[in-house]
Amino acid sequence: MINLKINGIPVEVEEGTTVLNAASKVGVKIPTLCYHPDLTPFASCGMCICKQEGNKKIIRACSTPVSEGLSVITNDAELFQVRKTILEMTLSTHPSSCLTCVRNGKCELQSIAAEFGIREIPFELNVPVIEKDISSPSIVLDPEKCIKCGRCVQVCQDLQGVYALEFASRGDQTTMSPAYSLKLNDTPCVKCGQCIVHCPVGAIYEKDQTAELRAAILDPTMQVVVQMAPSVRVGISEEFDLPVGTVSTGKLYSALRALGCDKVFDTNFGADLTIMEEGSELVHRLTTKGSVLPQFTSCCPAWVDYTEKYYPELKDNLSSAKSPMMMQGAITKTYYANKAKIDPSSIYSVAIMPCTAKKYEIIRNDSMKSSGYNDVDLVLTVRELSGLLKSQGINLVSMPEEEADSPIGEYTGAGTIFGNTGGVMEAAVRTAYHLVTGEELEEVEITAVRGLGKVRKGEVDFKGTKVRVAIVHGLANAKEVCEEVLAAKKAGKSAPYDFIEVMACRGGCIAGGGQPYGTTDETRAKRIEGLYTDDKNSKWRKSHDNPSIQMLYSEFLDAPLSHKAHELLHTTYETKKLYTK
Amino acid sequence: MSEKKEIFSSKLIKFINEWRDKPGNLIMILHQVQSELGYVSRESADKVAEMIDVPLAKIYGVLTFYHFFKMTKPGDNNIQVCLGTACYLKGGESLVDEILSQLGIGIGDITKDGKFSLEAVRCIGCCGLAPVMTIGGEVFGKVTKKQIPGILSKYL
Repeated sequence: MINLKINGIPVEVEEGTTVLNAASKVGVKIPTLCYHPDLTPFASCGMCICKQEGNKKIIRACSTPVSEGLSVITNDAELFQVRKTILEMTLSTHPSSCLTCVRNGKCELQSIAAEFGIREIPFELNVPVIEKDISSPSIVLDPEKCIKCGRCVQVCQDLQGVYALEFASRGDQTTMSPAYSLKLNDTPCVKCGQCIVHCPVGAIYEKDQTAELRAAILDPTMQVVVQMAPSVRVGISEEFDLPVGTVSTGKLYSALRALGCDKVFDTNFGADLTIMEEGSELVHRLTTKGSVLPQFTSCCPAWVDYTEKYYPELKDNLSSAKSPMMMQGAITKTYYANKAKIDPSSIYSVAIMPCTAKKYEIIRNDSMKSSGYNDVDLVLTVRELSGLLKSQGINLVSMPEEEADSPIGEYTGAGTIFGNTGGVMEAAVRTAYHLVTGEELEEVEITAVRGLGKVRKGEVDFKGTKVRVAIVHGLANAKEVCEEVLAAKKAGKSAPYDFIEVMACRGGCIAGGGQPYGTTDETRAKRIEGLYTDDKNSKWRKSHDNPSIQMLYSEFLDAPLSHKAHELLHTTYETKKLYTK
Repeated sequence: MSEKKEIFSSKLIKFINEWRDKPGNLIMILHQVQSELGYVSRESADKVAEMIDVPLAKIYGVLTFYHFFKMTKPGDNNIQVCLGTACYLKGGESLVDEILSQLGIGIGDITKDGKFSLEAVRCIGCCGLAPVMTIGGEVFGKVTKKQIPGILSKYL
């Protein structure tokens, strides 16, 4: 342990702690701008500069580790003036179109400028004029608003291992840009949107499609059918200032109805269906000689895109099962349409997702039109939905608790935990155990593989059959596992795992690129806790126990992996170039 | 599939393979590519990315960070005008203006016939001769505006 003083207050912290975190431990706030707890301190902005007693060297609190006897001064007239100047200089190159900015009210630069009471900018304004990049189906880059903190580059490279963005040029010419100033859609970008949720300002945001939903709702010829992803029920709560991790399922159903959606279903049903198909596929692979193993999960579109671009040699390892959203969409326009006697061409199928890559997934390939129509017509993020609800005067907090519509709205606890890292694996094991042994798993909570460890490995015993599993979140961590699998493949050896779950975003969908801003490991843990609680409180906890799923198979699909199931619920993958230009 | 035309010499490929796993390899390799081909084209960058398994974006970051690296093909005769402090004070900029009026090219441009290209550099290490310019490696010191047409004519 290291002892130091912050503004004279003694504090004891572990070795390696930064001055910034030591200060926060004793309630001293040091202003920051480029710092983000998910990232290695980059120290680009200089807001967190501090003085030390007995040493003239100025330190940056975010990147300076504590040392024994250190005595830090976090604020005085000079430090305040320097910080204020940094802010004024930043503001002199930043558009002042706050009122119409996507981050209005949620902008870190706006907040800190307000905290510092900046009323005028003493420097000549030098706001660049740069065209927006709207090439991506998911993400808009608006470099005019960039404050060059570097978070997006760090996230894209270090957390996600995607390398779509990089620092280009130097000095005041620096930009965060794809290589060769290419359009984002021509780069390796997997559309995970982590750059969005880490950007402190409005320089990167999702493609806003709220107007499309409003138009569909106002169109009397269309029946708007909506589904919401597992993690949306926790994420949305924060947008309405409910405690982090609050599960708002019932309120969200009624809010969606108040918005004008005709039918409210739940992607959790689709998740249960995914488990039936993906779990059966796993069992088939495990029990059929010569099958490609390990099986990778395929519900995360950013991970699928990453595999197709970075590890096409492993595309046959991806489960052919579509994601819960796409399964739900396909079933909506076939089974549901048929049952409700509606022409599928008059159904407008909407998905509320924690994710920006989902906006791309709905047009990924032709199998996303397995119903003969777009299985899903529109994807909105949690942030877009919350904006839309607020604009229509709908306050989630005061909405009544309601149920989802039948017959494709009922879900089990296994479906709900799809929203967090480890959840898909846990849900799959609950059902695969039943499929392999014919018996029911007594202890459904597989706590050994829960948590936020980057790569978690374990073994599940299916009454004598050992199934080796791995769970990965944060795409950069997938590289390690992919290389391991690839090496085994090249050496002609059997793979070191049987089943691997990958979610592109740290913590899983609960911290996806479409979730509320300001996510940290603390909020991740609380959102995950929320989903596990929802699981625990569920009437059914195994996907195959869902009566609506059983009915869907008996009335329509026949059995998992049946011909019809393959037609509607499975997909294919292809090799993609990293750069298309 | 047809084989792509090999753009790197066997010597360059050997150099890249030798540096493949060494620290600081990227800059060394890009230096070598530029010294052999005169600049680092997109095609060269793609090839380096593939050979040493470094993301293209990283290579682009390095190429745009260092003024030394050229990403477009220079003219047959590359003119460098020094705009470092001493040369700048001694009228380096007027040399740039004169070249513009003589050849019609500004900094970063290349003449239509590909004979000349112009770039600004920061200090080439002979401030005593300010203002300095070089053409194809040949150094000209204490250059005046009037001397420019004569100097250029040597390369026509």
